[in-house]
Amino acid sequence: MRTLRGMPTEPAIEVRDLRKAFGDVQALCGIDLSAPPGTILGLLGPNGAGKTTAVRILTTLLPPDGGTARVAGLDVVKDAAALRARIGLAGQYAAVDENLTGFENLEMVGRLYHLGRAPARERAGELLERFSLTDAGDRMAKTYSGGMRRRLDLAAALVARPPVLFLDEPTTGLDPVSRLQLWETIEARVAAGTTVLLTTQYLDEADRLADRIAVIDHGQVIAEGTPDELKTQVGGERLEVTLEDYSEERAAVEALAPLADERPKCEHGILVMPLDQARGDIAEAVRRLDAADVHIADIAVRRPTLDDVFLVLTGHAAEPEEEEAEQRAEEAAA
Amino acid sequence: MSALAYTVADTAVVARRNLLRIPRQPDLWVSFTIQPIMFVLLFVYVFGGAIQTPGFDDYADFLMPGIMAQTMAFGGFVTAIGLSDDLRKGLIDRFRSLPMARSAVLAGRTLADVATNAVSIVVIVVVGLLVGFNFSTSPVEVAAGLGLLLLFGYAFSWIFAFIALYSSSPEGAQSLGFIVIFPITFASSAFAPPDSMPAAVEAFANANPFSTVVDATRALFVGAPAGNDVWGAVLWSVGLILVFAALSVHKYRRAVSS
Repeated sequence: MRTLRGMPTEPAIEVRDLRKAFGDVQALCGIDLSAPPGTILGLLGPNGAGKTTAVRILTTLLPPDGGTARVAGLDVVKDAAALRARIGLAGQYAAVDENLTGFENLEMVGRLYHLGRAPARERAGELLERFSLTDAGDRMAKTYSGGMRRRLDLAAALVARPPVLFLDEPTTGLDPVSRLQLWETIEARVAAGTTVLLTTQYLDEADRLADRIAVIDHGQVIAEGTPDELKTQVGGERLEVTLEDYSEERAAVEALAPLADERPKCEHGILVMPLDQARGDIAEAVRRLDAADVHIADIAVRRPTLDDVFLVLTGHAAEPEEEEAEQRAEEAAA
Repeated sequence: MSALAYTVADTAVVARRNLLRIPRQPDLWVSFTIQPIMFVLLFVYVFGGAIQTPGFDDYADFLMPGIMAQTMAFGGFVTAIGLSDDLRKGLIDRFRSLPMARSAVLAGRTLADVATNAVSIVVIVVVGLLVGFNFSTSPVEVAAGLGLLLLFGYAFSWIFAFIALYSSSPEGAQSLGFIVIFPITFASSAFAPPDSMPAAVEAFANANPFSTVVDATRALFVGAPAGNDVWGAVLWSVGLILVFAALSVHKYRRAVSS
């Protein structure tokens, strides 16, 4: 276990066998999660996988059917009232009041965290400045761009300086620049000691931000580890050679076979081979292909992406499938 | 601070938020103020001549207390639409994730809607005076009548808060609201005397608490015989507030949105 300020610490998020059903739909079938303080745990999965249900239980919005969940050392059911003072939530729908100004939104949230009138106003000004919203602070939020709304939403989640932050698909629908800005903000919070649980259906987002990733599909955690560990599960680096001439496939395979344990595969003029650094690198491969008179159109080293991980683990790509199935199930239950 | 003090403070913060929205979202309550004006014009100038109201000099004197009570009932739509909107946009989720009093979101919402109802009453009174309505009671009775209308409007805000929490969308809340509000406000003593109606409808109109509120308002504004209607109207309003506030807060505490 990592330590913070020299003190042994318990996980900031600890989930055991968490279950939730909406009618006949099993949204969570017993998931386990854990995040040490000051880290980002990524919850990666397609729409309807159960990510939002998990976040709603962990933020006390929804009671679980079974299992336990502790956040910041507090039980999400028994200590719900005390826990709400120690968490921040920013959702995929950017829950800000459009008819209030940015300043009024943050002041309201501060007062509802019971900071007191003057400190709430001071904190609102501080956050507007930090999120580059000072100039827009006295404009109604409905005049804001999508990126500005997300920043305001995130600022609202940070008003009470919560030790644990829940971000439910924080960058869905954002343009690339706003997305990058939001990523940098999240990283800065974590560097300051905040623990973050982040849900996303974007693999590059999980890869960039998360210390550990739990891949979730159909209400179950199907893999868990660091981004690198997950990628290693689908194999290491691969060499891809595109041939100019299909008739040279056989020669190419023969030339490279001694470099790998497995016999290289070659289809449609593209040769793929696991790359083993111990037996030679790309330069060696090029020399061998050249010696065998094979003409190379392109040669590249490919690292597996989380896309590959997802495909291998679930048998389907991380495309949004069963669009909003989770949401419909919840509505039916309500 | 004690739990009660937090509840009061949180309610004030939410009420202030909803009051700030009024001038910025005028389309919402303007439509619910223009609607009763249309009813006034329709009933005074189209149907009024055909409706016999023995004991009243002018149909406007009979009609206006009824229109005012109906306006209060329609004020519930402002509550329902505002709350449905907050639910759909995820604001209710944000509020429920905050360490604030569980009753404050609904209490702040309904309190702020007392202010929109007050604005609507002022508009309707002015329109009433223009079409020939006259107060014929003491200022104290007129003030009591206005207070009663606002209390009744507050009760309807809670009924509509409950409807909004159980509806899946603002549109759903709106159509459910109309189904509730039309029989209650029209099968009543608001627009025509119940004794002019078929027996079954007359029995419904006489038992209808909306009639009690209309008759009480008529007594306080134009001196019609009151009987026990004033106290009856207060009791009905307070009873509806207690029941629907309890039901709504209970629903709010549990998962409400998708």
